Amino acid sequence: MRLTGAQIVWESLVREGVETVFGISGGAVIHLYHALPDYPIHHVLTRHEQGAAHAADGYARATGRVGVCIATSGPGATNLVTGLATAYMDSSPVVAFTGQVATGVIGTDAFQEVDITAITLPVTKHNYLVTDVRELPTVIKEAFHIAGTGRPGPVLIDIAKDVQAAETDYVYPEGVYLPGYTLPEEDASEQIRQAAQMLNEAQRPVVIAGHGVVLAGVEDELLEFAEKSGIPIVTTLLGIGAMPETHQLCLGMTGMHGEACTNLALTEADLVVSLGSRFDDRITGPVGQFAPQARIIHVDIDPAEIDKNVPADLAVVGDLRDVLPALIPEIEKRDHPEWLARIQEWRDETAKRDIVGKETDDLLPQFVMRQIWHATQGDVIVVSDVGQNQMWEAQYFVHHRRRGLLSSGGLGTMGFALPAAIGAQLGCPDEQVWVTVGDGGFQMNIQELATVAQEKLPLKIAVLNNGYLGMVRQWQQLFFEARYSGTPLLGPDFAQVAKAYGITGLTVREKEQVGPAIAQAMDTDGPVLIDFCIVQEENVYPMVAPGAPVHDMIRRPDAADEQG
Amino acid sequence: MKYTLVALMENKPGVLSRVAGLFRRRNYNIESLSVGHSETPNISRMTIVLHGDDRVVQQVVKQLAKLINVTEVLDVSSQPAVFRELALIKVKAGPGVRSEIIELANIFRARVVDVGAASLTVEITGPETRVNSLIGLLNPYGIDELARTGRVAMVREMNDNSGQAAYL
Repeated sequence: MRLTGAQIVWESLVREGVETVFGISGGAVIHLYHALPDYPIHHVLTRHEQGAAHAADGYARATGRVGVCIATSGPGATNLVTGLATAYMDSSPVVAFTGQVATGVIGTDAFQEVDITAITLPVTKHNYLVTDVRELPTVIKEAFHIAGTGRPGPVLIDIAKDVQAAETDYVYPEGVYLPGYTLPEEDASEQIRQAAQMLNEAQRPVVIAGHGVVLAGVEDELLEFAEKSGIPIVTTLLGIGAMPETHQLCLGMTGMHGEACTNLALTEADLVVSLGSRFDDRITGPVGQFAPQARIIHVDIDPAEIDKNVPADLAVVGDLRDVLPALIPEIEKRDHPEWLARIQEWRDETAKRDIVGKETDDLLPQFVMRQIWHATQGDVIVVSDVGQNQMWEAQYFVHHRRRGLLSSGGLGTMGFALPAAIGAQLGCPDEQVWVTVGDGGFQMNIQELATVAQEKLPLKIAVLNNGYLGMVRQWQQLFFEARYSGTPLLGPDFAQVAKAYGITGLTVREKEQVGPAIAQAMDTDGPVLIDFCIVQEENVYPMVAPGAPVHDMIRRPDAADEQG
Repeated sequence: MKYTLVALMENKPGVLSRVAGLFRRRNYNIESLSVGHSETPNISRMTIVLHGDDRVVQQVVKQLAKLINVTEVLDVSSQPAVFRELALIKVKAGPGVRSEIIELANIFRARVVDVGAASLTVEITGPETRVNSLIGLLNPYGIDELARTGRVAMVREMNDNSGQAAYL
């Protein structure tokens, strides 16, 4: 079959099972777009290439399939970078196509030329510059393989403009030959046996479930493991959904704004098992003071994560899809009554500080999140942005379903939520998708409202509007003499903005309007934006101060004390 | 401590920048890096000398191995291996000192590869310590130019019975 480079791209995408791509056209991808209408692929035109990258990422996170985005050369390509870095930090499988200037002028600073493979080198799992059309099928095959296997990640393919127009005989390879790319294949059975022994001997064990559990799709196995071993599970932000938060053994999110009981449990634990987490500094605090009494078992598919941040007493390098089923038969049925009772004391103490039950007329963000959870029963996909809104979502929305929360964890990319939700909604058309976002982050990719409108996506967008870059303001309040430098934020009337795009827009200023507005949003077929004008200077508690050990938390003043 | 790694990688455009970029990005302290063809077509061989501790070096090995174009990484630091470096040294050599310098070069089994009116160029191959010694002795004469390749390394073949390397 004789095809042009542009046709090869689409034909190969079809063979990879791709149905939806996100992108923006331009001079260096005009051949690509010219060929597109001949293929059964839905192209979603975002309004900024960053939106395309986040949408592909959101699509991947929601579905587990590889997300695809497209941009032209130069500024189109550089606009992808934040989205690729976001996907890279969170191990999300994305394949990005960029146009490059024609091979004859590469290196001449031609119009819209940029060396995007060099620029994206540190934020992609791998990348390619294709200057010969005959290489293109192999490159695409490899890119999908690399993006979607092992520890997933983004791969970029930069295709020179003339390559897209050039013809060659098309054969899509059956497999890949990548001698430098190996997946864990060593037999880990001895390490698994040792891990089981350590688990069986432990008196105060805790498991940290990370994004790896979600990426591997072993939520059922984790539940079985937890119930057999009786070991409490804490999750990272991206591990939320790995274990139903409604389960007694799931203690919730740990780390800087984690449940107090999780940080205290880790501090008193005699064994900490990380399943697919990388001991990020937001989880550990200063590593020297992390889990000081514990031996550490680190299970990861990426050998480079072992001993990177926290040294492991036992390393198990492998795919959780292999490791957990091998581990479960080896562990004893345990209950850990004393340990769980100790943890329950901490949980009860935290419950007393719960602000949601507090008698107040203030419109609190925690209340809004809790109301959204009540109304949806958690049976939705939530895409949260970054900052205070993200932490309130993680704390007050109870996630019981897998892949029910998508968020930018590692890179902490404000502006992620709206475009990522576009991808999630397109990947999961039968699900209800909620966007929870601050007024700061929302304005970073607010242009994607146009994409929502054009694609008629029924997103429910909850803007927690406090007129600040709230998390930074909180840091300024607590650690920088309350000098609110560069954090007060004047936003537009978001409901009016939504209406201008043809999207239903609501404004909520009073507590009693919250429930009805959420109900109205859920009853509306199309997209709805609710602008929640929350109290301006509410903080996220508990908080581990930067540089402090995780047990040393700044706690919310006891709700009972405050009232009394 | 100083470590020596040997990495084999596909000889493709951009691979060197991937490796070099990795070192900078991960904040590894590289002393030298030497790269050229290996015995296999299209596979380059790189010798990397770096400072760090065991944990850092293990990280470097694992991060290098993660690069798609890198096919093999070996830490040869604790193995019996041949370490060599080549240096070209252009040293000021007026008529009065020329024979002294040639004599020094001979002692070091170095070769004079260029003779000019005002300078000699000496080529030396050997372990870095020997290269350093010669440079130290030539320094007082005035070194105009110095080019060093950085270390290349090869693990020695073990003798069949003794398990000892034959040091040559």
